[in-house]
Amino acid sequence: MRAELQALDELTDDALLERLQRGAFSYLTEYANPSNGLVCDTSRAASPCSIAVVGFALSCYPVGVERGWLARSHAATLTRNTLRFFGQSAQSEAPDATGYKGFYYHFLDMQSGRRVWQCELSPIDTALLMAGILTAGRYFDGAGVEAEIRGLSDALFASVDWQWAQNGQDTVSQGWKPECGFLNSGWEGYNEATIAYVLGAGSPTHPLPGSSFCAWTLHYQWENMLGQDVLYSGPLFTHLFSHAWIDYRGIQDAFMREKRSDYFHNTQSAIAVHREYAARNPRGYAGYGRDLWGITAGDGPGNREMRQDSRDRRFFGYMSRGVPYGPDDGTIAPWAMLATLPFEPEAALRGTRHLLRSYPQVCAEDRLSSGFNPTLDPTQGGWLSEGWYGLDQGLLVMMIENHRSGLIWEITRQSPVIRAGLIGAGFTGGWL
Amino acid sequence: MAIVATGISDSEDDLLHRVRPPDWRNPQPRNPYDLIIIGAGPAGLTAAELAARRGLRVALIERDRIGGNSLNSGSIPSKAIIRAARVLVSLRDEEDFGATAFDRPRTDFGAVMARMRRIRSRVAEYHSVDRLCARGIDVFLSDARFEGPHVLTAGDSRLTFKKAIIATGARPEPPNVPGLEQIGYLTSDSIFQLNALPKRLGVIGGGPLGCELAQAFCRLGSQVTIVQNDPKFLPHEDRDAAELLSLSMSRDGVITRLNTTVVGARRDDGGKWLETVSDGVKLDVAVDDVLLSIGRVPNVEGLGLEAADVQFDANLGIHVDEFLQTTNVDVYAAGDVCQPDQFTNVAQSCARLAVRNAFGAREHRQGRLTIPWCTYCDPEIAHIGLHVREARRQSIPVKSFTVMMQDVDRAITDGLDDGFVKIHVREGTDQILGATIVATRAGELINEMSVIMSAGIGMRRLAEILHTYPAQSDAIRMAAVAYLDDEPVLLDDQPALLVDPVPRD
Repeated sequence: MRAELQALDELTDDALLERLQRGAFSYLTEYANPSNGLVCDTSRAASPCSIAVVGFALSCYPVGVERGWLARSHAATLTRNTLRFFGQSAQSEAPDATGYKGFYYHFLDMQSGRRVWQCELSPIDTALLMAGILTAGRYFDGAGVEAEIRGLSDALFASVDWQWAQNGQDTVSQGWKPECGFLNSGWEGYNEATIAYVLGAGSPTHPLPGSSFCAWTLHYQWENMLGQDVLYSGPLFTHLFSHAWIDYRGIQDAFMREKRSDYFHNTQSAIAVHREYAARNPRGYAGYGRDLWGITAGDGPGNREMRQDSRDRRFFGYMSRGVPYGPDDGTIAPWAMLATLPFEPEAALRGTRHLLRSYPQVCAEDRLSSGFNPTLDPTQGGWLSEGWYGLDQGLLVMMIENHRSGLIWEITRQSPVIRAGLIGAGFTGGWL
Repeated sequence: MAIVATGISDSEDDLLHRVRPPDWRNPQPRNPYDLIIIGAGPAGLTAAELAARRGLRVALIERDRIGGNSLNSGSIPSKAIIRAARVLVSLRDEEDFGATAFDRPRTDFGAVMARMRRIRSRVAEYHSVDRLCARGIDVFLSDARFEGPHVLTAGDSRLTFKKAIIATGARPEPPNVPGLEQIGYLTSDSIFQLNALPKRLGVIGGGPLGCELAQAFCRLGSQVTIVQNDPKFLPHEDRDAAELLSLSMSRDGVITRLNTTVVGARRDDGGKWLETVSDGVKLDVAVDDVLLSIGRVPNVEGLGLEAADVQFDANLGIHVDEFLQTTNVDVYAAGDVCQPDQFTNVAQSCARLAVRNAFGAREHRQGRLTIPWCTYCDPEIAHIGLHVREARRQSIPVKSFTVMMQDVDRAITDGLDDGFVKIHVREGTDQILGATIVATRAGELINEMSVIMSAGIGMRRLAEILHTYPAQSDAIRMAAVAYLDDEPVLLDDQPALLVDPVPRD
């Protein structure tokens, strides 16, 4: 493996990106159930499906086709099977259904497709799934299977009752369970949910009103921190998820018009904050620096404590880590720097190369792991997350492609739903 | 292991002598009084002392102890316990400072509580019954009840007045949780009477007092579980501040159950249990004692308010206008009995306004106060002025200038670098709208912001104001320097600062 990684580092930028993008892509086919299209949340044994990962996978199959990694007919069949499954799945208030009101449960059994873990019916994860379904519906423009994909895509999206998910409020609920109804926890502040509001506003059947997006932005915090003006959100992934689908360059909502910025530029600012934080490294964690950053949601060492340099260190499991307020336990997401490629290519590549040189163990089978903590167990090479997470791999495929060819953004710019949603949410300018 | 406190009686005797002497006899009324105040908590004491200084004939009526919640069951005893808990934590960190002589410190809970009682008694002296009398205030330690618009009874005495201020405060109101009465519970009124450290303490409610005492008792050695209905602690505070507090509590070992509701309580062979539900998932929490820190209701019962034509609501308290005047033009109210912001400084400030409005030009509005407040966890969380969300709701363009304490030299040298200073500015101007501070001494730092805002100082001037170096308060200046570095374009048509000067007595 060591030789393989040394070879990685010696590759040109294009060749390195090809290797890592293909490695990430291979997760989405290797860990998919071809009969129903469901994709494992993680590579670990008995992992259920995450519907968000399915959304990423559906968006990545066109990349595989264009890159020659997947036959178009194979991709279309896999996509059609996925959409058929969701179209035919159980939609009801039953606790083991697949979904309700056009939304789907966050985690599903890989074989039966039914709800697992008593998890929540998830508007945000459904939005990520729908973003993938809409991407597939725009990409596959042929006859036969591809025509069926378009029909299923339109029908599945039309069935999502966004207004129901408002639960009488202006904003969208974080979830619903048959055991207790809508969840108490609300969204507060900027995060990855922008895509849900845009898609909801673009619904031809149950559209969110314009006031919904305004209410969503009411909790935004425009801050000057660590030398940057930024619409604050701590975890790096929140500056990337919606952006994987939506080309925010040059388009602005009311908030960004007021700030004379846009969400693309804001992600660049957030990256600068992350790099500056890592350079200052206030907690003295191993490895951190201007070329080793990326604090975000991901796997972690678990609830452990240790005494180091006369201070107590406390570590966490899978959680959303953020900058600069924390939580920060010295765990970085090895994929995160590379996922910023469309925004700061030089920083993304410098950081990723530095990471691969310094800690080659973070990449196996050309796939970057979910979490790595060099502060913990330093004599063992640090703590490393086992296997891979589908969200990370899917995001990487899309972001590398947006950098290389702009394919995903090109597809979604043509989507009537996304265009209508952006306009409904008050976006103007640029390609709109 | 429970430890029995010692040395209680002397402190308690001293306290009682100061706040409710056992042999007290009410004075002969000197009717008519210029001002009668019902309730001798922070609002009542402030009003009485201000009125007495102005030469008015004043009667102060208290049915329980002088000092109210703040002295007897609130700010003073809780801060004394919090201080003890902080000392214990700092002793545990001694190795980081090169001090290795200590064994791991153990808690002597009896000593902690005895110190708290000594402190409470000492503070009580400053507003003791003797001192109030020496100021010419007639003190009645009795129930009060209005008999008409300008007359009331205090015990057996009939008092008449020109003006009155109702400052009867509020009290804990237990939630309607099945089984809770049966297993018993503590409130702020009773927890400071504990003589033994609870082994397992369940805290219901993640507001200021619940968070403060959950962390303090955990540091003292209790196994603490705090259950909070909302998705975050301190629902009225900034998300980042509340999340830092969550992390800090977890680091201390507090078991936090956010977004969780207590739906029942029971006792069985295994002990006491709180039955909780979170997003449909049930979980029982084993406890030995339960502290309630949710729900307070105003003390409006038994006052005969109807006879005085004073309108009130059992849950919201006495109806007052912006001048703190009730529906009886000669009766005012101040403090927790009529205020949604139940802070000692708010009660005192409103009491001053009520006296001024009652005996001078009716021109002092409570809504224009700039109120600093603080939750005394570690780190402390303090705020003044507008929150960002409030500014945005009012369509005010707002930008926050944030300095992390971990970038402040003095915080680094002290090893106390958790937290941040955020100053919220009206964008396009240097007008300060508000500030949030999370820091070990945020309760002190926020007072600098109070002075700055009250004086109408903007970010440009603030950046030039010298601070000692190194100092934690330098974070405030650093935020202003960040503003200068940002080089905003100042607009000419912005209104002047809208903050009232601090009223002077």
